[in-house]
Amino acid sequence: MSKPRIATTSLCGCFGCHMSLLDIDERILTLAQLVEFDKSPINDHKDFTARCAVGLIEGGCANAENVHVLRRFREQCDILVSVGDCATMGGIPALRNMIPLEECLREAYVDGPSVFNPEGRIPDDPEIPLLLDKVYPAQEVVRIDYHIPGCPPSADTLWKTLTALLGGTSAELPYELIKYD
Amino acid sequence: MSTSLENAVVEVCASVGNDPSRLMDVARDIQARFGCVSAEAIDGIHKHLGVSRPTVRSLVSFYSFLSEEPKGRIVIRVCDDPVDRLFGYERVQKAFSDELGIPIGGTTPDGAFTLERTACIGMSDHAPAALVNETPVTDLSTDKAREIVAELRAHMSPERLVKKLGDGNNAHPLVRSMVKNHIRKAGPIVLVEHRHREATRKAAAMSPNEVIRAVKAARLRGRGGAGFPTGIKWEMARAAPGPRKFLVCNADEGEPGTFKDRVLLTEFPDRVFAGMTIAGYAIGAKEGILYLRAEYAYLRQFLEDVLARRRAEGFLGKSIAARHSFDFDIRIQMGAGAYVCGEESALLNSCEGLRGDPRNRPPFPAQKGYLGFPTIVNNVETLACVTRILDAGPATFSEYGSKQSAGSKLLSISGDVGMVGVYEVPFGVTLREVLELADGRETQAVQIGGPSGRMVGPADFDRTICYDDLATGGAMVVFGPDRNPIEIARMYMEFFEDESCGFCTPCRVGNGLLRRGLDKVLAGRGEPSDLAQFEEVARTMKATSRCGLGQTSFNPVLSTLTSFRPLFDSLVKEDPKKFRRSFDLEASTQEAARIRTGGAR
Amino acid sequence: MSEGPRFTLDGREIPLVPGQTVIEAADAAGIYIPRLCHKPGLEPFGSCRVCTVKANGRSVAACTYPASPGMIVESDTEEVNAHRKLLLEMLFVEGNHFCMSCEKSGNCELQALGYRFAISAPQLEFQFPVRDVDASHPDILIDHNRCILCARCVRASRDLDKKEVFGFVGRGPHKRIAVSSGTRLRDTDADVTDQAIDACPVGALLRKRVGFAVPVGRRLYDKVPIGGVPPAPEVPVSEEKRA
Repeated sequence: MSKPRIATTSLCGCFGCHMSLLDIDERILTLAQLVEFDKSPINDHKDFTARCAVGLIEGGCANAENVHVLRRFREQCDILVSVGDCATMGGIPALRNMIPLEECLREAYVDGPSVFNPEGRIPDDPEIPLLLDKVYPAQEVVRIDYHIPGCPPSADTLWKTLTALLGGTSAELPYELIKYD
Repeated sequence: MSTSLENAVVEVCASVGNDPSRLMDVARDIQARFGCVSAEAIDGIHKHLGVSRPTVRSLVSFYSFLSEEPKGRIVIRVCDDPVDRLFGYERVQKAFSDELGIPIGGTTPDGAFTLERTACIGMSDHAPAALVNETPVTDLSTDKAREIVAELRAHMSPERLVKKLGDGNNAHPLVRSMVKNHIRKAGPIVLVEHRHREATRKAAAMSPNEVIRAVKAARLRGRGGAGFPTGIKWEMARAAPGPRKFLVCNADEGEPGTFKDRVLLTEFPDRVFAGMTIAGYAIGAKEGILYLRAEYAYLRQFLEDVLARRRAEGFLGKSIAARHSFDFDIRIQMGAGAYVCGEESALLNSCEGLRGDPRNRPPFPAQKGYLGFPTIVNNVETLACVTRILDAGPATFSEYGSKQSAGSKLLSISGDVGMVGVYEVPFGVTLREVLELADGRETQAVQIGGPSGRMVGPADFDRTICYDDLATGGAMVVFGPDRNPIEIARMYMEFFEDESCGFCTPCRVGNGLLRRGLDKVLAGRGEPSDLAQFEEVARTMKATSRCGLGQTSFNPVLSTLTSFRPLFDSLVKEDPKKFRRSFDLEASTQEAARIRTGGAR
Repeated sequence: MSEGPRFTLDGREIPLVPGQTVIEAADAAGIYIPRLCHKPGLEPFGSCRVCTVKANGRSVAACTYPASPGMIVESDTEEVNAHRKLLLEMLFVEGNHFCMSCEKSGNCELQALGYRFAISAPQLEFQFPVRDVDASHPDILIDHNRCILCARCVRASRDLDKKEVFGFVGRGPHKRIAVSSGTRLRDTDADVTDQAIDACPVGALLRKRVGFAVPVGRRLYDKVPIGGVPPAPEVPVSEEKRA
């Protein structure tokens, strides 16, 4: 039997959840025996090569590209897991949700005290994905099967969840591992 | 503080004997004189009435008719209850808005006009309607709205908008209103000749316990809709120890679509006041309060006049009906725009000059009510029934209606019927019979208002109006074949979201969750899981809300879901790719696209 | 077993002193009923509804409902806990709770209840409301984003500090905490030593310049759940078995 495939991505996140995944230390060897990594920044595979058993989503959706990637994950993965506070609740990027988008962009590219932008131009290259009106938690864009909170979730949390899912059981986390920070 | 404001605050506070529990009257008075209760005025009230600043601010910010920000000399409040919306609220509101050059919520730069929306003003039989300061203007059209603004600009006098007077006491010199009573069917219990003096004399000839026994024998239950047996409630207050006791008449009818208390107070105030007096006698209260909703302020002078007459006739004051120690008097407490104050403990807080937050129970008002004294709060219609019971005897009353629900019920019928108005029907009547009476054709749905209010479809038209089946406070809004029941349910949820006092979590958050959920469904972006979530939210609201509002406000959603399930099912879908249908990529990138192209908003 | 009036809480007979509320009697007997707006020493309020229990089959708030002899109270049941969980989710999505950047994290009662009820992410839609921060006071911060309207500060300021610095304004979804001066906290007589600040269960009322003083792992609810030992998870996950 071929090994189950796993895909991971970081949408609007800081890659901290991926760092936490690497933080499982030597258990990564066990993981490598258990699964095959498909599309993921860990192996730098840019696109899916086959359907995956599990997709791990770090980050919420802040722009159109995040939405496309997340939807692609939904299509390609049997089980989709939101990993970390950004994916589950919006997280730090969602701090902008209470501020009008134009004000955010102006502060970042025009009015900010450390900005040098004599033309006062907000980046407008068509290649840059359009920002969303606010940052959306992943489950508000596609159906998510499991949520792992934490900023980031600890390596143990990720390990327990992954092994449970691969073992075909649901991931019930003990008290110490459910944390929102 | 300006001298004129300071002087006014001193004067207003003195007019209520510098009694902190009369804060509501003080705030209303200052609002009327200055168009707001400003931070300065709050300071003054704090100083002279001895009420803390947070308490004053809390009150001012709670009630729709009070504000810290200055309002125009004339405030036009357009009613946006469901009936008014179906009959042209949007058009009328826009006409006012265009004519005045201000949006809803705006005040003209010269400080002359403020335009607002307001919840049901008890004129659903006159929809669309509005209040111009205290004057109701009825059956509006865009033309009428424009005329009203032009006239007001000329004379700035809302009273002069009334040209053709309504029927009955609406034409009384102290009312002078264009409102019509629309009494369509009078039954033998409430809308029949009452000998209120006789009734009071009979009560005076009995012992208080005998009066309670008579009311129990008549099997009178509260007409607000919950249907608690009135006699039992009175017994509790009679038995409760207290140096003072109070009888309060709840004239804060605010359920969208209800207006029957308006008609009772306009045409039969003596029946209501006599009922209060008899109830006061029965429970041992010497003080009565009529809590009159702010929307009915146009009836106040008239009602004060009736009270004065009753005092002169010896039916209020000392030794009523010549019975030694039968002392009772009534004062009118004005509300200031808050539906939740119809909840009896919220109403008592409001009477005490506080926010209209309901209270924790126990203790119940009958044990510890107004100012901590045993208090009975009865509905206007209930008290009118009391007068009838004493006048005609318990048997006349209990023989009418159905076995479990004695007597008659007043219904306020509005919406898509040929004959809007007030109907007195015997309990036990079917909904179908009521619809026939009111000339409702091709009726698709009826919203039955009340604590267990619900939206029912044709499958339920053979059900009966009574406490054990379709219990109602009396509001009945009828919807024809072209109306969208989900849209209507949404209007009700918006109303409850606005009118929740915000005290407890489930009601404060839950109503908004349900309203947004319906928005989603109506936009064609709902999923089956949304419907499941409606039920889940409703269950928690019902089990955990602190008062009747949150325990029942989800009913329009749940009952519409039950009665019109196929309509919901046609609108909600599961996305085959498991994408969330509520997420709209195009809409959510619109703003960024606009910024990128430098387009105008 | 001592004599005197008793009632049943989740199958256990516990004593009551007349005048006690259900939650007070439960606390005295060492049984935890989850709560947010209730704090011993403050007048019962009853706004959060997290302490909802079933007393003789009727849902009531344990913090305001009087305990009476012989009553049967159900608290730790699937049905009641489902309501509590949804109420907590409502409080989470109603405000802006960014735990990762909140100084109260680890010591926050709302967060701790989220942990206790194993809420991995609220399933209700987030509202992301626009709310103010009042940083005007030199020593105290009010962050309305995190306020759950429990009135613990209102009651503590009024009854313990004897000041009445806080009150509520607005109604329904617009209800919020306001200060006695009308606008800014700095214009009130609020002081850094006020008990009102300690009364806040969340990070809405904070002392400035304290920051993240206690390291992760040693905060109140890092290891031990609020209210004591957590119920064991129904399906224990053992990494050893799977590895």
